[in-house]
Amino acid sequence: MLKKSLKQRQSPLSSPEHQLNVLANGIFKKEGLPSFKTSLEKSNLFPLKPNPLEILQINLGYMCNQVCAHCHVDAGPDRKEIMTKETMQLCLEVLKKSNVTTLDLTGGAPEMNPNFRWFVEQAHKIGVQDFIVRSNLTIIMANKKYHDLPEFFKNHNIHVISSMPHWTKGKTDKQRGDGVFNSSIESLKKLNKIGYGLKNSNLKLDLVYNPSGAFLPTNQNSLELDFKKALYDDFGIEFHNLFAITNLPISRFLDYLIASENYEDYMYALVKAFNPMAVDNVMCKNTLSVGWDGYLYDCDFNQMLNLKLKDPIAHIKDFDETALQKRTIQISQHCYGCTAGAGSSCQGAVV
Amino acid sequence: MSKTYYDPADLKKFGKITEWNEELGTKFFDYYGKVFEEGALTSREKSLIALAVAHVVKCPYCIDAYTKDGLERGITKEEMMEAVHAGAAIESGATLVHGVQMMNKYDKLSI
Repeated sequence: MLKKSLKQRQSPLSSPEHQLNVLANGIFKKEGLPSFKTSLEKSNLFPLKPNPLEILQINLGYMCNQVCAHCHVDAGPDRKEIMTKETMQLCLEVLKKSNVTTLDLTGGAPEMNPNFRWFVEQAHKIGVQDFIVRSNLTIIMANKKYHDLPEFFKNHNIHVISSMPHWTKGKTDKQRGDGVFNSSIESLKKLNKIGYGLKNSNLKLDLVYNPSGAFLPTNQNSLELDFKKALYDDFGIEFHNLFAITNLPISRFLDYLIASENYEDYMYALVKAFNPMAVDNVMCKNTLSVGWDGYLYDCDFNQMLNLKLKDPIAHIKDFDETALQKRTIQISQHCYGCTAGAGSSCQGAVV
Repeated sequence: MSKTYYDPADLKKFGKITEWNEELGTKFFDYYGKVFEEGALTSREKSLIALAVAHVVKCPYCIDAYTKDGLERGITKEEMMEAVHAGAAIESGATLVHGVQMMNKYDKLSI
């Protein structure tokens, strides 16, 4: 079980440049697998341009109470990068003046940002159609100060999206750490108890499924049925939707793929499953990702690879929706993760 | 040339059999795809049957493929191992039931 982030362990893969180097070479050079750019060109989809902006996804910091084996953020208790109140204020200004309909808070564990509740209250006052918090569930049980999070979420009409890699303890704990399954079940029961996830309830509770290993997710609908049946039969737990998200070959998941000698087969599977139909609905088309320090990215994955937006708008302080619409989305081979099969985004399959 | 009869990388090249006989290769892959669609049996059930058969016919490519397929479908390792035992039980049963033939022959030849 992991205890430290790649950064803390001073692993070469904690460097975005090193990761991009791995992704640009290897089988994409010596075995002639097509680059993501080549695959887009073959389908007349290059360059990738954004659709109108709908989702502002804000990363409140890389600190987390868990050290998950597949984490693309390399998050953990040892990460100190945290969004300041000043940067949050800039995000609120953008929320007021933009056409954003969905606000999506992520991390790390976003709740660990000391100004998390202040920020949620302010954003709630401004009003947003869909206000998402990506909660890892265990944070609710981690410390007494977080025990009232379910009520806090309810009071601010938060749409809770939580990770749950499997409906069995063994697989969940192996990916996310010892004790995570039981703690997640307790948190889900608390959320259900106040109305989250129940049939016909407006308090939305969705789960995210990431494969726990070097394989791709299968049909999202059939997984959802399996999850619903198992969680209800075993624990009486209900939820609304299951989002199946493909693990992207970056950061800790890339480290795992290389160490377990699964990297080449995994990349081959992603390239083979490239689906041009998925491209138009991937998250970077309608999302803007804001880093903890206010820099802007096409998605949370590009954020972790330090692929910042280029001129003219690179930082939230310079936000200009019209100018941003003209940008070209930055890509590398990790993007194959979002276009494989039924596609993958923070809202699950896209086809 | 590989020094072993089986190379895991060959599984990726399975589709190439069509290059030497397009008609039969295409018909096979069409049939194969159709078989594993949802039907009276779910694709999940068919995946477990395929895993059991893969072991019985001792096909390393099929074992790799249907272990991965099972993982993708969220099939647990307990379910997978039970499927393998189901296959093994039939295979060993098929051996043992021939014991009756042996007994018949023994009795016939004995005074």
